[in-house]
Amino acid sequence: MNTEATVMKETPLQRFWSEFCESRIAVASLVVLLIIILLAALAPWITPQNPYDLAQVDVLDGKLPPGSDAYAGYTMWLGSDGAGRDLYSAILYGIRISLTVGLAAGFIALIIGTVIGLTAAYAGGRVDTFIMRAVDIQLSFPAVLIALVLVAILGRGIDKIIIALVAAQWAYYARTVRATAMVESAKEYVEAARCLALSTTRIVIRHVLPNCLAPLIVIGTVQTASAIALESTLSFLGVGLRQTEPSLGVLISNGFEYMMSGRYWISFFPGIALLLTIVSINLVGDQLRDVLNPRLKR
Amino acid sequence: MTPVIEVRDLTKRFTKRLDLAGRIAHRLGANIHEEVVHAVDGVNLSINRGEVVGLVGESGCGKSTLGRMIAGILPQTEGSVLLDGKDTASLAGPESKAAALAVQMIFQDPFASLNPRLRVEQIIGEAPLVHGYTDRSGLSDYIDDVMLKVGLDPSLKQRYPHQFSGGQRQRIGIGRALAVKPRFLVCDEAIAALDVSIQAQVLNLFMDLREQFDLTYLFISHDLSVVEHIADRIVIMYLGRVVESANTEALFADPQHPYTRALLAEVPRLDQRKRNFTPIAGEIPSPLNPPSGCHFHPRCPHVMPVCKTEVPVLEKHQAFREVSCHLDTTDSHDINNHSAQSDSP
Amino acid sequence: MTILAVDSLKTHFFTRAGVVRAVDGVSFSLGQGEVMGLVGESGSGKSVTGFSILGLVDPPGRVVEGSMLFHGEDLVTMPTREIRALRGSRIAMIFQDPMMTLNPVLRIDTQMIEAILAHEKVSRKEALKRACDGLAQVGIPSPEQRLRNYPHQLSGGMRQRVAIAIAFLNNPDLVIADEPTTALDVTIQAQIVHVAQNLCRERGTALIWITHDLAVVAGLADHIAVMYAGRVVEAGQTDDVIDRPRHPYTVGLLGSVPSANRRGQRLTQIPGMTPNMLSLPEGCAFRDRCTHNDERCKESPEITTDSGGHAIRCFHPQYEKAPA
Repeated sequence: MNTEATVMKETPLQRFWSEFCESRIAVASLVVLLIIILLAALAPWITPQNPYDLAQVDVLDGKLPPGSDAYAGYTMWLGSDGAGRDLYSAILYGIRISLTVGLAAGFIALIIGTVIGLTAAYAGGRVDTFIMRAVDIQLSFPAVLIALVLVAILGRGIDKIIIALVAAQWAYYARTVRATAMVESAKEYVEAARCLALSTTRIVIRHVLPNCLAPLIVIGTVQTASAIALESTLSFLGVGLRQTEPSLGVLISNGFEYMMSGRYWISFFPGIALLLTIVSINLVGDQLRDVLNPRLKR
Repeated sequence: MTPVIEVRDLTKRFTKRLDLAGRIAHRLGANIHEEVVHAVDGVNLSINRGEVVGLVGESGCGKSTLGRMIAGILPQTEGSVLLDGKDTASLAGPESKAAALAVQMIFQDPFASLNPRLRVEQIIGEAPLVHGYTDRSGLSDYIDDVMLKVGLDPSLKQRYPHQFSGGQRQRIGIGRALAVKPRFLVCDEAIAALDVSIQAQVLNLFMDLREQFDLTYLFISHDLSVVEHIADRIVIMYLGRVVESANTEALFADPQHPYTRALLAEVPRLDQRKRNFTPIAGEIPSPLNPPSGCHFHPRCPHVMPVCKTEVPVLEKHQAFREVSCHLDTTDSHDINNHSAQSDSP
Repeated sequence: MTILAVDSLKTHFFTRAGVVRAVDGVSFSLGQGEVMGLVGESGSGKSVTGFSILGLVDPPGRVVEGSMLFHGEDLVTMPTREIRALRGSRIAMIFQDPMMTLNPVLRIDTQMIEAILAHEKVSRKEALKRACDGLAQVGIPSPEQRLRNYPHQLSGGMRQRVAIAIAFLNNPDLVIADEPTTALDVTIQAQIVHVAQNLCRERGTALIWITHDLAVVAGLADHIAVMYAGRVVEAGQTDDVIDRPRHPYTVGLLGSVPSANRRGQRLTQIPGMTPNMLSLPEGCAFRDRCTHNDERCKESPEITTDSGGHAIRCFHPQYEKAPA
């Protein structure tokens, strides 16, 4: 049976989209993810309180259960934390920070990893051996450990935690890019490009790299989710972001001391938000992997 | 007349080096060695302008490796490739680029040989633009012109390779090569992956283009009937070495080397019915560990003691024939006739 | 004696993009010891026909119509359990890739003994002896040693021989070979054809040889069926089909084979592309590539058989036979 002979009129993007839509869970996750991103982006306009602005935070509102009214008059549907911040507002601002950190770390690691991976694949020899041993060593340590050590050295703050996350994650990208680039460079279209006397730079950037994108996108989504989780872990442990930059991890950490006293909401709702964000990114990533994996092509 | 392409003592060895663990095991006396494959072993070949040379052999005979070295995408271990009498390795700068572009290659797999992320116009138009055959304003017309020459509808140039059938994709690959105005084409099993009815179309296209653009071909194939149709001269390879080279008519009428005879006898033909297939025995030996002397001796029906020890030399027999065999082939007509007759009922 | 009678078999695939009529009304019959060549290009449905007979069509594909009588029993309605019992004992298959038959992690002897014990109650010793004989019959040198090898230790041609030996282990009445030599070199192809041919002659096994290569079946088959877009367009004795083809597609296909043409001249080619199974033309599927296309061809031609058993599906037969 040869359905390959079928002349397909749709562009690769259309085909990709229709195959992505075959999984309802993935589509639902994508919708959830988009809503989360939208809420986070619009946070200043749709929240009653700016949790960064100390003038708007009243300690008297502290630890109120969900549904209570704040001193300023609005209803705190998700309650408030120990400092008197409205949890709904704090969560939306927290998602902003978590997403920013995750995406920035993921993107920078992707760029660095891609450059290193392509260098290894094309330089070959000792350069390749050196880079790949570095990758092996990097990957044999737990990411949390590397990030912890770096944060301990660099100190706290968004920029520093992004550096720590990039340092913990670039190796995944480098290894993937190298492997894919080696496979692609052995293909006949690359031989044809060499036969046409095109420069190596041109071949790598225009021919090899675009064909390595599929696995990169998949790794990128999964690694972004894990960067968000990693940042939350660090913040929860108290070595990540400061109290003045309340990411989801900081919020969960803040509420943790009240868990035993029955004030569950302070940790619970940020926790749910973190869970939804990470799970939806991962489910989207899973479907991307299935759709983009040539070995699973139907 | 200087040949377009001349190949002198061309050799390609692939060496699989031992890794650290292997080296240690080797030091400790384990039976692990570096593996060396003599993919191409001292091949001499010259191809004149306008000629079509068919290069035939079975898997592992090194025909693709030889083709890739001639096309300049695989460096040789030893020997040299001459284009118009000049060693391509000695050229530099613009001369080197011109030499690279003069020899182009058509690949076997119509799917893997086209970059799936590029549109047809990018696949065909990239190299001419980079190398200054045309400028941006003339590029569109240039691409249209190339597409028409290879029998593609220029209105399809915005499409991606996967939107085409196998035969059309092969035409795109041919167009990509023609766009840099080559003089010599290495066609590596260029029609093997296509359906029979499409093979004929592409083969016809090759023949038309040859006349139109004064091209010279090295046509690599495992299929003798295809090569018989298109080639003026046929070169037969076995495990990295040329065993026989002759005019097509002469080769088919009177094959000299026992391997050539076996190949010819075993090509399935339409005019033979209910034939008794009488194959030559034995497997194709591994190029990792080829037999001593003449590589063909373990399968050869006429093997002599000398075949096991001495490598036969490729000798000129008649004006257009070279054979590499210890048999005195001029006396072997009785054997030849005998083996030719035993196949037909 | 007729072993297999396939009648208007239809196997369709229900895909996302639409229904693919991979096999769309195929009929043929096969007698004991007969060799049939089933010829076609990619997408013609030749392999799916073979898979249908063995009950190996996987979803989204399924046999939707027709009957396949094997010794008078219909394989279409037969319970899966009984088909499984037939498969490997009375009907066997040889694939293009021998690794479809062979398990890469088991030794050859294990696999061959299992193949015998699955269908017969004999001692292991007896089974081992039969396995050894089987390998010897397909021309494998020193079979006792080869039995102890794993598949990866053998060359491609060797593996295909082992696959053939396994197919013939239980003396099947019918062997279906799906492009078994396509991946092999010319000299190895000749060896494989030779082995299959001899085994069928010795044991009176019927053989369906599925291929795209007319030249191979010309020398091997008693009769030939040519398929195009899921249908048999021409069938008959090998001499009739090869020497006196009547369907324009067969004529074109034979013209496309280089050895049938004069050297250096243009090949007589069939225009157009191999058919897209999702958008076939109305009526005769070959219509848009055919030089004899006219109004009548917009209707689907029926298959007509002459007194000599030469059948074609065309309104414009190419070669008129002199009355016998």
